[in-house]
Amino acid sequence: MNMIWFKGTLACYLAATIIYIVYMFTQKKRLHLIGCSVLALGFALHTVHFIINYIHLGYLPVLNFRQALSLFSWAVAGAYLFTQMKFNIRALGPFVTPFCVIMAIWSMGLHEKTTEIDPIYRSFWLVIHVGTIFIGNGVFAISCVASFMYLLQERQIKTKKPGFFYRRLPSLSTLDSINYYCIMVGFPMLTVGMITGAIYAQVALGTYWRWDPKEVWSLLIWALYAALVHQRLAIGWQGRRAAIMSIIGFGVLLFSFLGVNFLLKGYHSFDILGGVR
Amino acid sequence: MKIGLIGMNHKTAPVEIRERISLGCDIPGQRPLIKDLLHIDGVKEGVYFSTCNRVEALYASDDADPAYSGVLKFFTERFQVEEKELLKFLYVLWDDDAVRHLFRVASSLDSMVIGEPQILGQIKESYREASEHKAAGVILNRLLHRAFFVAKRVRNETHIANAAVSISYAAVELAKKIFDDLSSKKALLIGAGEMAELAARHLLNNGVREITVANRTLERAMEVAKSLGGRPALLDELEDHLISADIVISSTGAPGYVVKAETLKKNRKKRRNRPLFLIDIAVPRDIEPDVDKLQNTYLYNIDELQGIVEVNLDDRRKEAVRAERLIEEETIKFRGWLEGLSVVPTIIGLQEKSEEIRQAELKKSFSSLKDLSPEQAQAIDLLTKSIVKKMLHDPIQFLKQTRTHQEGKAQDLDYTRRIFNLNHGS
Repeated sequence: MNMIWFKGTLACYLAATIIYIVYMFTQKKRLHLIGCSVLALGFALHTVHFIINYIHLGYLPVLNFRQALSLFSWAVAGAYLFTQMKFNIRALGPFVTPFCVIMAIWSMGLHEKTTEIDPIYRSFWLVIHVGTIFIGNGVFAISCVASFMYLLQERQIKTKKPGFFYRRLPSLSTLDSINYYCIMVGFPMLTVGMITGAIYAQVALGTYWRWDPKEVWSLLIWALYAALVHQRLAIGWQGRRAAIMSIIGFGVLLFSFLGVNFLLKGYHSFDILGGVR
Repeated sequence: MKIGLIGMNHKTAPVEIRERISLGCDIPGQRPLIKDLLHIDGVKEGVYFSTCNRVEALYASDDADPAYSGVLKFFTERFQVEEKELLKFLYVLWDDDAVRHLFRVASSLDSMVIGEPQILGQIKESYREASEHKAAGVILNRLLHRAFFVAKRVRNETHIANAAVSISYAAVELAKKIFDDLSSKKALLIGAGEMAELAARHLLNNGVREITVANRTLERAMEVAKSLGGRPALLDELEDHLISADIVISSTGAPGYVVKAETLKKNRKKRRNRPLFLIDIAVPRDIEPDVDKLQNTYLYNIDELQGIVEVNLDDRRKEAVRAERLIEEETIKFRGWLEGLSVVPTIIGLQEKSEEIRQAELKKSFSSLKDLSPEQAQAIDLLTKSIVKKMLHDPIQFLKQTRTHQEGKAQDLDYTRRIFNLNHGS
């Protein structure tokens, strides 16, 4: 395997995190720019790593937990860079990058099993299904972080003793719009991901839906985010409630990503995916 | 050359003099005061600052005594005050003290509101005027540019100008932390007091789109609304106005609560959960404290705003200490440059620099020419020495010729130092 690319990626993510945290204390704009560039470099290396693996293996490398973690951290880094460009919120970086680092390190620490894989995974549907789901995961992660920052900033304002974070975090309105924007991008992605997943299942396994634990949890996540989208658009939910809901949504998403894999076995579990069915 | 700075400001001058200072500050066309300053005996270069809170004459002189009495006379004539009286509140600073003072003023450490940004612009304007009248020469040009540089450093490297230090600024800052952009927001002013009006004005200056003034009597509401460019309303219509408002400032003399939590809660759906920022300046309070418990609703009363101001003032004092240290550093650097502007240090500087270059080059050549005999090495050493000496002969002679015109000499020295790059570290 091409570990050199991944090691470079991890080094960049780690460096960006440290630079961002120093930036948070010193507030030197140049540091932020450097952190952002280092992270972008890491993201580029990560992308190269995926492409090389994809060509080498002949299928999208998401069939074991190690690969999925790596893809998750890639998606979060990408979604962050995207929101950063759109909103230019310098406070976001230090809160997001630790996610990428933790997932990348975890992925690196896992043991790589090379097993024969079922030819059904060499399908283009897998790319679309997994791709859209993970882009959704990435932006949902950003929305969760922005929501957390929202609650933090609101707390600063509500306690009437504005301090360290009050100055450093952006306005409530900005954080709320990041949350809104990410949900509005993530929700369609999740929807497309689930639909293509069903089609893929029909093509590969001959059935659209199997009540597999991951499918059930995904449906729950979809319903949560659908409710949030609805409340925002129809009732004008914003601020605190929307933030809490978004954090819950991402919490369930993480549980489905980790818990379903470890606790509830189904055909989405990685030890089954990676091996021969 | 001696640098002098004579002036007075809001801290030193009594109110009747300050009135006369501020009289002149906004009137254009009465500027060429700088010409009078230049005509004073012994004054070679000058800049005259005049803002609403200070007047200062900064000058460089080759003959300190007549220049000093001339500038004093300039002030007594301008402000129509006896010299004895004037000296009580005039500050007279020389050299390092004058430089330090200018740096502090430019960095807004000497301002009434520390950290306010206008002063730098005003100094730049005065300097531009002085340049137009060719009143700024080598020394003041350098000094003023240093002052601009120092001001920039202070602004970038300390947080002196970052925090709100008045209640109305703190309110605006909070509004920005809640809404970000205020340009689509509506403000509602309930009752009218001086402080409430000031806060409302700050909000308008920061982009708030429209303002409604609610009062018990329509007459008073109209009066205040007119001065703020807003719309008048009656207290009875308050509930409707609370629905459309984003920012509420309340300061009525009412004994009970004017805005109740119940009312806001009831109208939350009509507001579509939009955030609401309420500022209660009144004592006794106008807004029920429970309002703060409602979602997306932020209530600050006067004590809480005052609390933020106190914290900020404290921070600012800490930052001011850092800024002073920075200014001290720059003052010392400037002194170094000024001292270099005499003949002997410049000649020494020239010789040292050439000797340094000579030694470095010799070392390089000797390390590649290893088979030289001692005699040959000595010959090369001598050769380079005499080249350097001959090269430097004319410039040194040129510097040694004492010029009668002091300013021209300072200029020559400055050029020399710049051509040979002798001003390292500044």
